[in-house]
Amino acid sequence: MKEGFRQSMAWLHTWLGLVFGWLLFAIFLTGTLAYFKDETTHWMQPEISARPLNPQASVASAQQYLQKHAASASRWFIGLPDAREPALSVMWQTAGKPGERGKFTEKHLDPQTGEEVQARASSGGEFFYRFHFQLQMPHPWGRMLATFAALVMFIGLITGIITHKKIFKDFFTFRPRKGQRSWLDGHNAVGVLVLPFHLMITYSSLIIFMSLVMPASIIASYGKDTQTFFKEVFPASDTATPSGQPGQLLPLAPLLEQAQAHWDNGRVGRLTINNPGDANASVNVFRDGADKIAHDFGSAVSFNGTTGQLLGVTPEQPLAMAIGGSFYGLHMGHFAGPVWRWVYFVFGLASTALIGTGLVIWLSKRSLKHVKSRALPFELRLVQVLNIAGMAGLVVAVAVFFWANRLLPLELAGRADWEVKSFFIAWGLGVLHAVLRPGRKAWVEQLALAALLFAGVPLLNALTTPYHLANSLAQGDWAMAGFDLTCLGSGVFLAWAAWKMHRAGHTVVSAKTTRAQSVSLKQELN
Amino acid sequence: MKSKAPSLPVSYRLAVTSRVVAAAVGGYLVAALASVCFSLLLPIARAEAVVSGMMLSFLFYLLAVIWCFACRSAWQAWGGLLAVSAVLGAVDGLAYWMAH
Repeated sequence: MKEGFRQSMAWLHTWLGLVFGWLLFAIFLTGTLAYFKDETTHWMQPEISARPLNPQASVASAQQYLQKHAASASRWFIGLPDAREPALSVMWQTAGKPGERGKFTEKHLDPQTGEEVQARASSGGEFFYRFHFQLQMPHPWGRMLATFAALVMFIGLITGIITHKKIFKDFFTFRPRKGQRSWLDGHNAVGVLVLPFHLMITYSSLIIFMSLVMPASIIASYGKDTQTFFKEVFPASDTATPSGQPGQLLPLAPLLEQAQAHWDNGRVGRLTINNPGDANASVNVFRDGADKIAHDFGSAVSFNGTTGQLLGVTPEQPLAMAIGGSFYGLHMGHFAGPVWRWVYFVFGLASTALIGTGLVIWLSKRSLKHVKSRALPFELRLVQVLNIAGMAGLVVAVAVFFWANRLLPLELAGRADWEVKSFFIAWGLGVLHAVLRPGRKAWVEQLALAALLFAGVPLLNALTTPYHLANSLAQGDWAMAGFDLTCLGSGVFLAWAAWKMHRAGHTVVSAKTTRAQSVSLKQELN
Repeated sequence: MKSKAPSLPVSYRLAVTSRVVAAAVGGYLVAALASVCFSLLLPIARAEAVVSGMMLSFLFYLLAVIWCFACRSAWQAWGGLLAVSAVLGAVDGLAYWMAH
């Protein structure tokens, strides 16, 4: 590397982008889909209907359910329904052996009846959300790999800015229908246009798992006593120890109003009840994360569970935690209403496109030399296969996941897992197909298949459930209708992409033949 | 650069590998030591200093990686990182010793 600074940064940008590009593409695409996690879950479990919100009644039925099914648990968690998530979630943790974490069980209740919801088993939007940062790997490896990928993305962004000298001038340059030039212009435009978003989303993902990946300073300041650190950062997690005496838990519903009084009547998001059957039970009432942009994990109003005495209100976050919480809140976008949620979705797609165009440029730059020989050398062919399967194949897999939700038999054992399996089987077949078919044909075929599957989603929904477009539009169920329409729109876009890819293949061939013809013509003339 | 891979000498490839290891491992070391430095020296509450240190550490990782690929040789990449690590380590050690 004897070149100048900019060249070596361009080198770094190129190779980091290539090695981590496919992983990052998958992380960004599933993360973007996760902005509509609740809407996706609603589409995938349409049986859970939205009810008028009544937090007090919801808490009362949750308490009744937990008392009946989890009286001996060490902790209860109650997640209240909101406008986007119609089900009332209850979860409990059994008392684990010392030094071990007890097992968690989660159920969804109908907030009106207090009974378990009768809905098809489905992974729902939760699958994309979990895959986005756990990558279907055992804890904590998935989170570590995802965070490392985020670091690579961060370095990729900064080296990209350094490489790109005339960043704003070039931004207004777009040379359409110029093959590789257009891809590069697109890469630059989408990179610069949403640059603040790229930087925010990438740096915040580093901050989200910083205590997992960068714990040196915790150890240096707290030694072995890392629990103290988490208690200081998340004060509400510091709970009273059980007394060992049985106790009677108070009705929880009246505590909501008392807690809200401390937040200018902000909404309650969830409750935690520690040692519910004990005389020393405590109740933490947490504010709804959608109330504020900056996220505050540890902020709660705490009560004694048997006397109802106010134990404490967490003070305002100190500055450092407020900054971290702001990054967290901006990344998750819980605060976003419909308009901002769509902005997040579009920006997320822009980040995904930034990665995708980069991968395409890498290959097209290097395959120019091999246009004549028709066959690519092994390493370029490998990149081509991974490009096709990593992008078009992934999009097909997402569509298959939705189709599986509607087509798998309702009584199938492990149905939710089968949805996920269908996703991975489809993705695997995408790799196989990309290996077997010539590059451009594989692109066209996978994009066309994805287009067909996505455009078919509203039809599939209409054929298999009573929640079709006419119905959902008439009832004003915008999450359901929006999902169908977004799939239809994606199908149209993918069909356009497939058609462009098909056409581009023809122009390359015809350009080649005309050039070949003119060359032979010249030779004849000479 | 790598598209001409077959013609690249082994020494070049080893140098690139060495830089990659320096960037990933040495970069982490610099970032971790820098985060400890902040957590011990910032004149704010202990938990806040730790959170600040962790949040800022990734900037040091970034700078270390850029250094590894911008400098003239792989030896220089390692040398620079180890020198910075030694200084940060000494400051950390001193601060830790004074605090305990």
